[in-house]
Parts: sequence; C-alpha cells; structure tokens
Amino acid sequence: MHFAVLQFPASNCDQDCLHAVRVLGHTGDFVWHKNTSLGAADAVIVPGGFSYGDYLRCGAIARFSPVMQAVQQFAANGGLVLGICNGFQILCEAGLLPGALVRNRDLQFHCEQVYLKTANRNTPFTSATPSDRPMRMPVAHGEGCYFADEATLAGLQSRGQILWQYCTAGGELSDGANPNGSLLNIAGIANDRFNVAGLMPHPDRASESILGTDDGRWIFESMARGLKAAAAASAA
Amino acid sequence: MKAKIVITPKKAVLDPQGKTVQNALEHMGYTGVTGVHVGKYLEIDLAPGTDAAAARQALNEAAHRFLSNPVIEDYRLEIVD
Repeated sequence: MHFAVLQFPASNCDQDCLHAVRVLGHTGDFVWHKNTSLGAADAVIVPGGFSYGDYLRCGAIARFSPVMQAVQQFAANGGLVLGICNGFQILCEAGLLPGALVRNRDLQFHCEQVYLKTANRNTPFTSATPSDRPMRMPVAHGEGCYFADEATLAGLQSRGQILWQYCTAGGELSDGANPNGSLLNIAGIANDRFNVAGLMPHPDRASESILGTDDGRWIFESMARGLKAAAAASAA
Repeated sequence: MKAKIVITPKKAVLDPQGKTVQNALEHMGYTGVTGVHVGKYLEIDLAPGTDAAAARQALNEAAHRFLSNPVIEDYRLEIVD
C-alpha cells in the first residue's frame, strides 16, 4: 500500500508519518503542498505540525494549497484520507470533515499520553483495532477541543461517525480523561462516507514498541485492510 | 479606503480566553463585567476609488470562506473611507 504524505510549510510530523508507514511494511512519498497531483497514492495522510504558522486559524491557510484540490478530488472519488493533529484541523477547515477544533479549555498545550476508545470498529480506519482494550498514544496540541453544533453532533452520533473518544485506561469516558474539553470526548471522527477521518492524537508517534506504545499501527493497518478489501471487491 | 472586520467566537463555543480575561479583570477590581469575548480584528487596505458595494460583497464572501470559520465564529464587516 502506497501512502502520500502531504508537506506544508511548517508541517513537522511528515517524517514521522512516512517512517511509521514504512516500518509497517508499506511505501510512501512526500507530496509538496504546491503539487496538484497525489501521484499513485492508495491513501493520503495529512500530517501534524503548524502549517503556515497556524496563522489566522489552525489549518485555515493550508486548506487553500494547490494539493488540497487534489485531496478534495481524491476524497470525492472515495480515496482514504487520514488527518492527524494539524491534519485533522486542515480537513475540518477544508469542509472534508464537519466541526472545528478550538483552543484547549485550559488554554494549555497538552503533550501527554492518552487512552482512546474506538467507538465504531466497522470503518476503514478502525476495523483492525483490538476490541479488548483502549489504545494508548500521545497528543501534542494547543487547539484540539472538538466543537460542532448540536445538530451536527447528533448526526455524527446517529451515523457512527465518532471513531475515537478520550477515555480512562479502563475504557471509561470521563471528563478527567478528556485532555482538551472536546464535546463528547471526541478525539477523532469520519465523514459520512467513512473514507475521510481525522484525529488529534498521533498514531504516527505510536507505531513501534520502542516508542512505548505501538497501538497507533492499528489505524494504518485498518486502512491497509480496507484497501485490500476494496481492491478484492473491484477485481471480483 | 479600508475594510474593518471584527471576528468573535460564537456564543455556543467555549471561550476560555475570554473567561480568563474576565476573571483577571474581576481580580483587578474592575466590577460589573459580565462577559469578555476575545476575537480578532483585521484591517484591510483597499485601493483608492474602490467601489464600496463591490468591496463589501467580495469581502463578505472572503470572510465567510476564509477569514472567519462560520462553524465557530461570527464576523462584522465595515467599509470606511
């Protein structure tokens, strides 16, 4: 499986993302934000960082980069797109995912390990996730508080678009386990076609046991599994 | 000619920055403050002779698409000479 990892000015997790997918046995390339093509990508990763210095709003300027036109087209054709941290913010700004990410409720930058409950395992981003325990991986953000209006939240809930929620080590959704004040403890969501997803935690920094946790790999492995299934279906 | 755009967080959105400033004002003894909302102010210089109505229309579009995020923010646009 071949991943395109986007690079904007001040992306800083692009290397981590490419490293993670290679460690997991996949291939990948960087795609510069001025490119208008994604090449032969099977899936796209919009990495974390501080694209365009977070000027105006996080992700507000990156979403108008030429490469984002290609991402819009890729997503419209059903391609898998994963946004991590700043990548999640960019996908929300681009309208590829509903809602927005605002300042953490305590105004502090949170750099810590969190636990994630996978709320819907029946998606191309979650299907390989173990069901017996929450995943553990780091967050590192100042603007990760997920907000959407009540109607949008109700729609996300009823369609199963909430993929990951902050929880305790025991898997309980509690306010104490929520690092940033996100509504419904939301750490990540998908669009209503389930081919675009974003999350604030970093699976890219948690895909090798030497890093203390390799739970992040389940997200990339789910994507690989989803693509294999899609390829098999189209060949049949 | 200038355009002035004031962007504020929507009421439904948590505004911890506004709340913190409000608390600080209270601690400093400024009484009677019932709310603080921290937003952004943009001043946009326009070429002399620009048609105000056309500028208003274009900047309303820009404010909606780019300068503000309608999911979390409201804005006010003013064109001045």
